[in-house]
Amino acid sequence: MVVTVNPKVCVYCAGCVGLCPVESIELRETRLTILDSCTDCGICVKFCPVEALSGGRPLD
Amino acid sequence: MTSVGGNGQKRFDIEKTVDVVIVGGGPGGALAAREFARGGVKTLVVDRRQEIGAPKRCAEGISNDGLLESGVQPHPAWTSGRITGAVLYSPSGKIVTVDDETAVGWVVERKVFEKHLGKDAIEAGAQYMVKTHIDQVLMDGARAVGVTGDFMGKSVKINAKLVVGADGIDSLIGRKAGLRGSVQKMRDFHSAAQYEMAGVKCDMTRLHLYFGGDVAPLGYVWIFPKAAGLANVGVGILTSKSKHGHRAIDYLDRFIAKHPEMFEKASPLEVNASGIPVSAGIRRFWGDGLMLVGDAAQQVNPIHGGGISLAMRAGVIAGQVGSKAIKEGDVSAERLSEYGRVWDEVHGKELARLYKFRMFMEELTDKDMERMADLVTIDVIVDLTYARFRSFAKLMLTKMPTMVPLLAKYLMAPGKKFEMEALEA
Repeated sequence: MVVTVNPKVCVYCAGCVGLCPVESIELRETRLTILDSCTDCGICVKFCPVEALSGGRPLD
Repeated sequence: MTSVGGNGQKRFDIEKTVDVVIVGGGPGGALAAREFARGGVKTLVVDRRQEIGAPKRCAEGISNDGLLESGVQPHPAWTSGRITGAVLYSPSGKIVTVDDETAVGWVVERKVFEKHLGKDAIEAGAQYMVKTHIDQVLMDGARAVGVTGDFMGKSVKINAKLVVGADGIDSLIGRKAGLRGSVQKMRDFHSAAQYEMAGVKCDMTRLHLYFGGDVAPLGYVWIFPKAAGLANVGVGILTSKSKHGHRAIDYLDRFIAKHPEMFEKASPLEVNASGIPVSAGIRRFWGDGLMLVGDAAQQVNPIHGGGISLAMRAGVIAGQVGSKAIKEGDVSAERLSEYGRVWDEVHGKELARLYKFRMFMEELTDKDMERMADLVTIDVIVDLTYARFRSFAKLMLTKMPTMVPLLAKYLMAPGKKFEMEALEA
């Protein structure tokens, strides 16, 4: 499943950006963007402290 | 907008040439900037935020020694809570109070604190640019020679002899310059959520730390009191334990619901989140024309996740080594490796030992923790925070011998028989 971010939930901590193995998440101030190069590995989804991210390979 | 000029070269709306560009104006970047400027080199800090200091991704605790070590005097404008100790709570609620001279510290107002550190850097001669998003490191072969990005719709190019990445857990500088170790690993990354709350009822002179598999798997809940009933209340869990229904924020909400005696009348004034590197640091955090500082180099205490004072100290060392290197005209990785060597002596080796202790702690069951809560003394806990394991090992050896195999596995050099002398420090 494609990884998506819910901007209503995201508190823009950027932890997912640091974890992303392929540099496919960008944070500009408060706006988090998943780039087309995302491989849907799901690492960011697993990390997100507030569950603003969904989709990706299930790692739970 | 970037345009292409007649000679085929990109033109930038804003182009600057400095000796050192520091990406990130947090505590590490600000202290680096102060030291570079004091070292007499032309220093520019760029920060992507439009407000230095906000939003915070931090519980805001720092020891008094941690400030002084980097030459920063506590200032009433940003010291909120004065802390004289810590209270540790076992899974069943057993209490261990640690009051110790070395534990005296502050819960700071990051928003004001970072601005003050920036002010110090600017007064020392550094310049700042805010709301400046950097997305590329300019490379000349393997050497970093600047950065590009944008500032409010204008393209920006900064030429520099040295690039310092103090750009946090999501450091782009390290990655772009080829230091792959700077990518965070799930195994060594905590997922954290926090409310800054008002109306919290607890002992406001101590930090409160709650442990247990149900409270915070492979992490802990913290209450860091600020002044006048304000407190940072947060939780960090190891990312591998994070899953639907068990996210950091879920653990936090459950903890608050479970403790009406503290939170019945409390409400959040902020919600924060963060990732916390608990790797004890990456192996290579410098390169040709490049240095990483603070979270970007994962210079964080792997046991408690604190990183402000470490980032500051790293910034000071980087600034002192880097400014000398610039003046000598040699910013090669070899020259800058002095930063790595000094860091290892000052904090790096200690963090590596604490990492081993983290591995040990991760194997403990709630039952083990209960037993330890009965046994540990303040001296032992203080020793542990400095990565001195002997008093703890002695305690385990005499009172909890079932722990010895684990101690031997994690705290001793491989292949060595368990003996006190073989314990590191």
